Amino acid sequence: MLARRVLFLVPLSAFLVLAVYLWAGLQNDPRIIPSALIDQPVPEFELPPLVPDKLGFGNKDLNGQVFIVNIFASWCLPCRVEHPLLMKLAEENIVPVYGINWKDRPADALAWLAELGDPYARIGQDPDNNAGVDFGVYGVPETYIIDAEGRIRFKQVGPIFPEILEETILPLIRELQG
Amino acid sequence: MIAEIGQFALALALVTALAQATIPLIGAARGTPAWMAVARPAAIVQLGLMVIAFAALTHAYLTSDFSVLNVVQNSNSLKPLIYKISGVWGNHEGSLVLWVLILALFGAMVAVFGTNLPPSLKARVLSVQAMIAVGFLAFMLFSSNPFLRVFPAPPDGNGLNPLLQDPGLAFHPPILYAGYVGFSIAFSFAIAALIEGKVDAAWARWVRPWTLLAWSFLTAGIGLGSWWAYYELGWGGWWYWDPVENASFMPWLVGTALLHSALVVERRDALKTWTILLAILTFSLSLVGTFLVRSGVLTSVHAFATDPARGIFILMLLVVVIGGSLALYAVRAPVLKGGGLFSPISREGSLILNNLLLTTAAATVFLGTLYPLFLEAIGGGKVSVGPPFFNTTFVPLMIPLVIALGAGPLLAWKRGDLAGVLGRLKFAFAATMTVAVIASYITWGQSVFGVMGMSLAAWLATSVLVTFAERIGLGRVAFADSLRRLSNLPRNIWGMTFAHFGFAILIVGITGASIWQSENVLIMQPGETAQISSYKLTLDGVRDQPGPNYTAQRATFTVRQDGEVTTILEPERRSYMVQNSQTTEAAIYSTAFADLYVVIGDGDGANGITVRLFHKPFIPWIWLGILILVAGGLTSLSDRRLRVGAPARKEKSAPLLAAAGAD
Repeated sequence: MLARRVLFLVPLSAFLVLAVYLWAGLQNDPRIIPSALIDQPVPEFELPPLVPDKLGFGNKDLNGQVFIVNIFASWCLPCRVEHPLLMKLAEENIVPVYGINWKDRPADALAWLAELGDPYARIGQDPDNNAGVDFGVYGVPETYIIDAEGRIRFKQVGPIFPEILEETILPLIRELQG
Repeated sequence: MIAEIGQFALALALVTALAQATIPLIGAARGTPAWMAVARPAAIVQLGLMVIAFAALTHAYLTSDFSVLNVVQNSNSLKPLIYKISGVWGNHEGSLVLWVLILALFGAMVAVFGTNLPPSLKARVLSVQAMIAVGFLAFMLFSSNPFLRVFPAPPDGNGLNPLLQDPGLAFHPPILYAGYVGFSIAFSFAIAALIEGKVDAAWARWVRPWTLLAWSFLTAGIGLGSWWAYYELGWGGWWYWDPVENASFMPWLVGTALLHSALVVERRDALKTWTILLAILTFSLSLVGTFLVRSGVLTSVHAFATDPARGIFILMLLVVVIGGSLALYAVRAPVLKGGGLFSPISREGSLILNNLLLTTAAATVFLGTLYPLFLEAIGGGKVSVGPPFFNTTFVPLMIPLVIALGAGPLLAWKRGDLAGVLGRLKFAFAATMTVAVIASYITWGQSVFGVMGMSLAAWLATSVLVTFAERIGLGRVAFADSLRRLSNLPRNIWGMTFAHFGFAILIVGITGASIWQSENVLIMQPGETAQISSYKLTLDGVRDQPGPNYTAQRATFTVRQDGEVTTILEPERRSYMVQNSQTTEAAIYSTAFADLYVVIGDGDGANGITVRLFHKPFIPWIWLGILILVAGGLTSLSDRRLRVGAPARKEKSAPLLAAAGAD
């Protein structure tokens, strides 16, 4: 009888654990999640090119100036939302934007870029999540700001919104660019 | 003035709900009929008050009353009439008003139609229903007031998110909410049964129609959302495993399990505590669905109300509702007496397998949706999710489900004869093998999943037909007798047959659309021709086309097949002035077996325009399958034995029905 009673406690216990996690999750800003990588050097990686006439890149290429690294995939909904902002960044030539095409089929990614436009100065393809693991990517899009010493200074999980761009990203880039 | 009336109605509704949540409950505990009788008028008054509140908000939208903050933020005087109306629920506050309105509607329906319910059960059900209303009304009045005024009133509003300005999405939320909220009735019945300490076949007969109704709405709502994503988001997919889609899919999976386990309670008096748990979980997941979308815990294109302060209120609401009901379950469920025994190979056994697979699938989706959040919350490592995760975990669970679904309805209750059933399904085996061979021949060298999907669909469709033929004794008795059995067949059998057959159609659609799609992306100049599948598309021109509150770039394609003009397709790209954003409007040519899908991207008529062409085999079958599923649910709902509150009644034709295998 006691064992039977314990069995009926399982759903409640599972729920309480869940609630605690959700509560902790709410304490974070849903968009800006601190990363263990902040102020650390970019993890080592080397990715082959996606587009025939554009180079791929690795951590060694992220040096000497400020970069934005944006991780995207053609199957990702929020990537479409932030895409016009990346196009704007590229057009205004504020900072080079490098793209990592994550867990995607190259054909799909090319079609995606053809449809929406290509804001990236270089694109590395990462279909098997090689660089993604080192960056700690668990979903796309993610955006990183890399300083001239090749250190990660900012991480955005989820799409960039205009207010984040204006209030956080652009001021930080200006500051890093001196 | 009218906005203040709306606000006052909300406050009165809260007071009414408080009375309805307490007085009948105490009355039921003490056995005081007068106190229990409060529930009925209270539920009706609450509906009236919510109608007033909803009408007041609608009035503010229709008259573009920009002294109401909610209207300023979500509407615009240029907006077409239909979107002024849908704007009422196209935002956080308004959608809550709609949510509670539907909740009150369902409560009033129980109050009015539940005349055959035992008084104490009815009082308790309506009390629990009112408790939910109390939570949501308090949330609305204290943190999400739709009637807040703004002074001075701005000259015009900000408009609705253009993605949401679409007929498909205008009616998506009400239908989806009717599904979510409909499960509140099953929940209230479950809580009332736990308080009463009694679950029997009659209880299941009262719960089933409400669950069926909610399930049908939810199915339709998910289908409509998927259809919207397909033609409006403009990149040709119909399901993205987006957190908001998952939020509606989880209650659907558990709700489907509930639908089937309630059947076992009704017929065999077994699986009671499990069914109660499913009822609690289904509604809990409906609440989590609201929570995920509304709190901004997960960022997504759909999550148009991102506000953590509200999230904390909803989380407290969730803890009270779900935690409270599960605590009650832990205390009271062991008291419920178990019912009929059965062997693992039996109809009950197959329904348990169905339940296990569906709840596991729901758990998978839950994990994939929330896992990133858990890990982040404890500051630990991270995992990668997305369609790759869901496709590798979810699909393998559906394969045994479909295989078992073919045989399950033929098994007898209590103790089934699996070998005998499989023998009766030899025609289905033969059909499946034939389809497998043909599909392999046609698609040789392509993905093996295509063959698998088609074979599963063939297996399911033919075994549904075999099961149906067996029920009317086709081939075993005289044809005239078969016809008579056909006309006497209960509606719930028709419903089950439709629903399972619709599922087979859906599998064909999903397989075709996921595996055999072909696409072509190119830059076209006017006059150029592109080919996809057997179609040749000529770009005739690109021109600007003004709309009511947007300007569109519209391309015109002439589609030819074997030199004959098939159709003209005109995809658009719209720019909305107020929000400074763009949407794509796909142009789709549907035939029975495939869609030709065209969207345009960057560029103009002078320098060429980016064109994306898709050929998507079987995608119309997805929508058809969903329609048949919903039709199945509604047909089953019309069964007189499931009429709301209808008592168990011996049918005059009972022997005949029994002979036809009516159950």
